[in-house]
Amino acid sequence: MAKQYETVIGLEVHVELATKTKIFCSCSTEFGGAPNTHTCPVCTGMPGSLPVLNKQVVEYAMAIGLATNCDITKVCKFDRKNYFYPDNPQNYQISQLYLPIARNGYVEIEVGDTKKKVRIHEMHMEEDAGKLIHDEWDDTSLVDYNRSGVPLVEIVSEPDMRSADEVIAYLEKLRTIIQYLGASDCKLQEGSMRADVNLSVREAGTKEFGTRTEMKNLNSFKAIARAIEGEHERQIELIEAGKMVVQETRRWDDNKESSHAMRSKEDAQDYRYFPEPDLVPIVISDEWIDKIRSRQPEFRDEKLERYKKEFDIPQYDAEIITESKQMADIFEKTTALCGKSKKVSNWLMVETMRLLKEKGMEPEDISFSPENLAKLIQLTEAGTINSSVAKEVFEQIFDKDVDPDQYVEEHGLKTVNDEGALEAVLEKIIAENPQAVADYRGGKEKALGALVGQTMKAMKGKANPGMVNQKLKEMLK
Amino acid sequence: MANKISDETIEYVGILAKLELSGQEKEDAKADMEKMLDYIDTLNELDTEGIEPMSHVFPVHNVFREDVVVNGDGSEDTLANAPLKKDQSFKVPKTIG
Repeated sequence: MAKQYETVIGLEVHVELATKTKIFCSCSTEFGGAPNTHTCPVCTGMPGSLPVLNKQVVEYAMAIGLATNCDITKVCKFDRKNYFYPDNPQNYQISQLYLPIARNGYVEIEVGDTKKKVRIHEMHMEEDAGKLIHDEWDDTSLVDYNRSGVPLVEIVSEPDMRSADEVIAYLEKLRTIIQYLGASDCKLQEGSMRADVNLSVREAGTKEFGTRTEMKNLNSFKAIARAIEGEHERQIELIEAGKMVVQETRRWDDNKESSHAMRSKEDAQDYRYFPEPDLVPIVISDEWIDKIRSRQPEFRDEKLERYKKEFDIPQYDAEIITESKQMADIFEKTTALCGKSKKVSNWLMVETMRLLKEKGMEPEDISFSPENLAKLIQLTEAGTINSSVAKEVFEQIFDKDVDPDQYVEEHGLKTVNDEGALEAVLEKIIAENPQAVADYRGGKEKALGALVGQTMKAMKGKANPGMVNQKLKEMLK
Repeated sequence: MANKISDETIEYVGILAKLELSGQEKEDAKADMEKMLDYIDTLNELDTEGIEPMSHVFPVHNVFREDVVVNGDGSEDTLANAPLKKDQSFKVPKTIG
């Protein structure tokens, strides 16, 4: 019988914090500025410059630590990690090795029906590096230090995950927690959340870990899942062929769906960490921790339970709505305005999700106001507009946050409830479609649908479909 | 008690520091490093049992800055001494991340 293998995975997750300024200087962190415009002597490592810590970074890190059940380190400090690379102008990165801000936490994940805890070994604060862009024209690299000094937290898990599904569940959990805190937007594609995967395989049932590799350059959940699958296969093939797995860093190429070694064993990492002399220690009091704890928002799990009880919506709806805080906020505000929780939930789950997907947007990008969605629901409920017109109006609300009352008025979209006008159109449709009429009278119920459709078209979608149905039936008796 | 720095160590330190040392420079560096380590050994003569390791020499902690953007466009100063530049960026030999 073929040997059974188990995959053991631990994650290092980097999250860019949503501060306005960098971690050690007052430069903007705004994404997308012209190269090197958000730089100063501190974040470009000029001699004599001194870093001063951004308090908001510490508070975000504490909030994430508390939300992931970590112990906050009461006396913590920064260390220097030394390495030479053009994206790192100081030739060292200010990070935390010996006394990271948070330790010994966990988050609970759910895969299928199984719940499990993924432990967090530690979480530390550090600065991001600059960005290297390859210049095809003269085969050089161009360095932009706008990102240099942007605050990051790195969350290091224990090797507690066993499958790609568990890894994705863990990442989604972290992302939801951090987004709810407003500590980061956690966009994988834009790099505000980045995950390195440490993976080893071992024969099922054995206690000892195999040799692990670290995989970088994973910028979507799909890429992560594929990379885990690929690396799992590669390591098993090596073991089956009697070869050794080499401890190394590998770079995943999602187009080729394969990875290659980035740093060889000979070029062993030696960062010569030492305490950062330019920054003083951080002493965190119980009062400070309590203050941060008291500001924590209601997180997804609690919110989900409350929605089911308070708004009487199904588990499935509640799951989708609470996936993003932005969506949940819109749901609550709109419901408060119109009182129709299930209707609000339907608009968010069906049309909103469809439009987000179509436009390649995230729920965080939603920009319409709860007021306008509430008005739309009221218009539909009152029968002022029918459901197909409502969808059309919703697209306008989604795109431009238009006022539906005004929009419906201006575009003459109100449902025509005038029986006389409807009868005149119906008579014409009946006269023009003798075959469908004969089919219906002959017992083919479906033929009615075609007639309804033609009537709606003739009335430019503004008829009341219920009324059209009823009238048609009466007239065809 | 004299510390000894081996040829391998000085070679390795040279690689880490991205320094190319000649034979004589290596010998000089070895002697310097041995002296430094001997000096540090003085500390081992002290009894540090039960003493909390110190992370900083100043009796100061919690020096923070509020999260307010103060700096404007610093690109001109940042790039002023760049040996090579292009498109408002530092131009360096091809480096793959």
